[in-house]
Amino acid sequence: MSKLKLIKMKLKYIIPLIGIALFTACSTDNDDTPINEIENLIKVQDFVSTNHTIELFSETGLLNTGYNTVSLRIKDNTNDHYVETASISWMPMMQMPSMQHSCPKSVISKVQDKNTLYNGFLIFQMTGANGSGWTLKFNYTIDGQDYEIVENISVNQSETQNVTAFLGNDNTKYVLTLIEPKNPQMATNDLVLGLYKMENMMSFPVVKDYSITLDPRMPGMGNHSTPNNTNLNYNNVDQLYHGDLSLTMSGYWVLNLKLLNATNSVLKGEDVTDINTQSSLYLELEF
Amino acid sequence: MKKAIVTSLSFLISCIMLSQETTDRTKEIDTVITKLDEITIVGRRKLSNYRQEKTLSSLDTYLEKSNRITMIKRGNYAWEPSLNNMNTDRLNITIDGMQIFGACTDRMDPVTSYVDVSNLEKVDVNSGQDGVENAHCIGGGIDLKLPNSKYFDSGLKTSLDIGYETNGNYHVSGIDLEYSKNKFYLSVDGIYRTSDNYDAGGNTEIKYTQFEKYNFSVHTGYKLSEFHTFDANLIYDKANDIGYPALPMDVSLAEATIASIAHTYKSDTKSLKHWETKLYFNTITHVMDDSKRLDVPIRMDMPGWSDTYGLYSKTQFKFNKHDVSFNLNAHYNKSLAEMTMYPNDPSQSEMFMYTWPDVRTLYTGIYAKDEYLVSKKDLLSFSARLGYQLNTINNKIGFQSLKIFYPEINDYKNRFLLSLMANYKLNYTTHDYSFGLGYGQRAPSVSEGYGFFLFNSFDGYDYIGNPTLKNEKSVDVNFSFNYKAKALKLGLETSLFHIKDYIIGAINNNLSPMTIGSNGVRVYNALDYANIFNVFINSNYKLSQKIAFNTSVGYNYGKDSNKNNLPLISPITYLAELNYSISKFNAALELNGNASQTNYSHEYGEDKTPAFAIINLNLGSNFSLKNGQLILKYGVENVLDKNYSTYADWNNISRQGRNFYMNASYIIH
Repeated sequence: MSKLKLIKMKLKYIIPLIGIALFTACSTDNDDTPINEIENLIKVQDFVSTNHTIELFSETGLLNTGYNTVSLRIKDNTNDHYVETASISWMPMMQMPSMQHSCPKSVISKVQDKNTLYNGFLIFQMTGANGSGWTLKFNYTIDGQDYEIVENISVNQSETQNVTAFLGNDNTKYVLTLIEPKNPQMATNDLVLGLYKMENMMSFPVVKDYSITLDPRMPGMGNHSTPNNTNLNYNNVDQLYHGDLSLTMSGYWVLNLKLLNATNSVLKGEDVTDINTQSSLYLELEF
Repeated sequence: MKKAIVTSLSFLISCIMLSQETTDRTKEIDTVITKLDEITIVGRRKLSNYRQEKTLSSLDTYLEKSNRITMIKRGNYAWEPSLNNMNTDRLNITIDGMQIFGACTDRMDPVTSYVDVSNLEKVDVNSGQDGVENAHCIGGGIDLKLPNSKYFDSGLKTSLDIGYETNGNYHVSGIDLEYSKNKFYLSVDGIYRTSDNYDAGGNTEIKYTQFEKYNFSVHTGYKLSEFHTFDANLIYDKANDIGYPALPMDVSLAEATIASIAHTYKSDTKSLKHWETKLYFNTITHVMDDSKRLDVPIRMDMPGWSDTYGLYSKTQFKFNKHDVSFNLNAHYNKSLAEMTMYPNDPSQSEMFMYTWPDVRTLYTGIYAKDEYLVSKKDLLSFSARLGYQLNTINNKIGFQSLKIFYPEINDYKNRFLLSLMANYKLNYTTHDYSFGLGYGQRAPSVSEGYGFFLFNSFDGYDYIGNPTLKNEKSVDVNFSFNYKAKALKLGLETSLFHIKDYIIGAINNNLSPMTIGSNGVRVYNALDYANIFNVFINSNYKLSQKIAFNTSVGYNYGKDSNKNNLPLISPITYLAELNYSISKFNAALELNGNASQTNYSHEYGEDKTPAFAIINLNLGSNFSLKNGQLILKYGVENVLDKNYSTYADWNNISRQGRNFYMNASYIIH
């Protein structure tokens, strides 16, 4: 037998083998949820019931006061598969000594381009000692059957004031939170804030068409300001408030704000002057 | 503008008329111009043990002796030279043709602070557009010349220097070794200077005036053939613990390494007389800190770095009556500075910014000059420099920070720069004239273009650079006249600068100052124009072979287009000196003073500096010893212990009171 023939014969067996191997590899990928479903996410905690485990993720693996983007997926405990179709709602709750209240939150929706991942945001306006006090309840429906899981969650106190709950002149309680910049730069940053009205203890709808004035100051260096900031206006598409924030240096900044309603009357906050170094409505940044 | 043109024209005409008149009077006594190259130079002072008042004086003290130069002082060290009432940004200060740029955003390290008198041979000072041989400038050029090659075959020569001054307990010690053969030489020198706080007049100690400086240099050369030589030069300079009483910060380190290699071709016979090509590199680190200050509103560190790489190729041709020279040069500079502030509330994080956002400057240019000997007595010269400059902001964060102020800017900027100069000289035995007309442009400096919250403790403002500035343009007219009789020499020199798009900081009330206690923010901007004028009259009268009497009076003027006074314009200055000199001994009694500064610029933080006059007594003795020579320089400065400050002293910090000094140089052959 010539050498060439031998090689040909070998190839006859080898090629299908490679095909099978490749196919198997691909199908394995399909069966197991691919790793990239939770790329750049760190698990916060599992919500375990007899049927399912809800895995909760965030970018840092923590929940903090302020704005949190959270992702989640549901695992079927019987076969360890992740559920691809479910409708999920959630309810965060703070248990105070005399009452309980919730916080602003989004609806939960499926993440585009992902098979099993869902996400939404939660805005914790406060937290208890050592992160205690909050519970998170999930209600979800899979194949027409309803389920519920509740667990305690731990919400860390952020080092800076990135969220504030306050009473406006209109006797309404509001929650204002910093969303962007997540990583402030020495530059003109896009500033994005979320504004919610506390309708009652459980309902925090978005406040539309108000405006927010901005005056960033650095208390550590003579409380100086920066140029070319813009006031924040409401954006109908993402239902958030947008403006420009100039930060000339790194360090600790106070964003002095004033909340104006649709008729431009001030609901909260004052101008910064030589005497009044800080507005009563403010958020903080440190980088 | 119109008025300025009329002024300059009438000035020009009167100069011509004046020169004509004198020409007629002294027709018969024409002589040949012998030293062509020295004529254009306003001041060329040779450094030598014999001629300097103090052998071991600092370069700053030495420069200050020049008519047109005043030194702006922020402390006892690193004075900033000002020529024609213009400072660093408008001058072109080079070390033997090498570009070098300070690394301090607050100008605490003028280039002159990184060399020592001991490194230098002489200083060429050229006024206005005469100073563009190495780069573009408005006010003029100061070139600190390194020693020439020394193929003397003189073997080893050693000299030791030691000096002490009572005021400030100032010590200097230095050693200089020189080994010279026909084809090779090596010279090495090291010098160490240190001073405590000095006392102003009336024994008032001025805090934060101490400093300590080391300087080391090596200069070596090899002669390949009769025509070709190679030279290498290295200067290392390091200063520590420098106090700046006029500023809220001191300097813990100012360090420079300056290196070059050069090839020189020299010929006496061919038309190409001289061709020098040099490659060079220098790097500066400058660290400002306030750790020695007791009460500061906030602690901060401000380091800065400046690296420059460059080369030039200078040629000189002689044919017929022309003396033509070219200089093709290029340099690349990197300037980076940052500021870290430590909050008084320790829970807050450090504050940081780039004060110079890693600005890269690439310059290439060509300079040409033709000196044409029209006749034996008159010389006409033309010179031109054409250059291209590219600035880029290399630090992304710094660029973004600047964009806060200038959202539309790019991270690069191109500039073309032009300089033109025409000069006419007439030389007779008893008198000579020189008349020059120049046009020049300069690009904004790194601070002017890209500085970010640079605090100026003189006017108390934070300065922000402006990358959109136009080139500054200047028309200058200068005239000088010298008269020599038997025992009397009289000289007059004058310059007028009309500077268009004059760059200066303009108050911007919309901006909030960063520095605690600052008066506000100024953004570099261009005034429509500014006019700067100066005139000096010098006289020298020889009473006898041994006794001479020198006087000098200077008047300066500077106003902007809004008729406001410009800052840092000298009041009337005067100097009178009585010299006694024999071969082994010399003495000079000097009276030095300023009239009161009435035309001060309140807007730029100046106040009326009162008139002052001080008396100095300088003595020198010279002893020949068996194997060498001993030169002693001693005397008393500010004999009357006057407490004074000049217009150029930041925040009116008083200058030194009475000071006894003694320098000894021992030269071993």
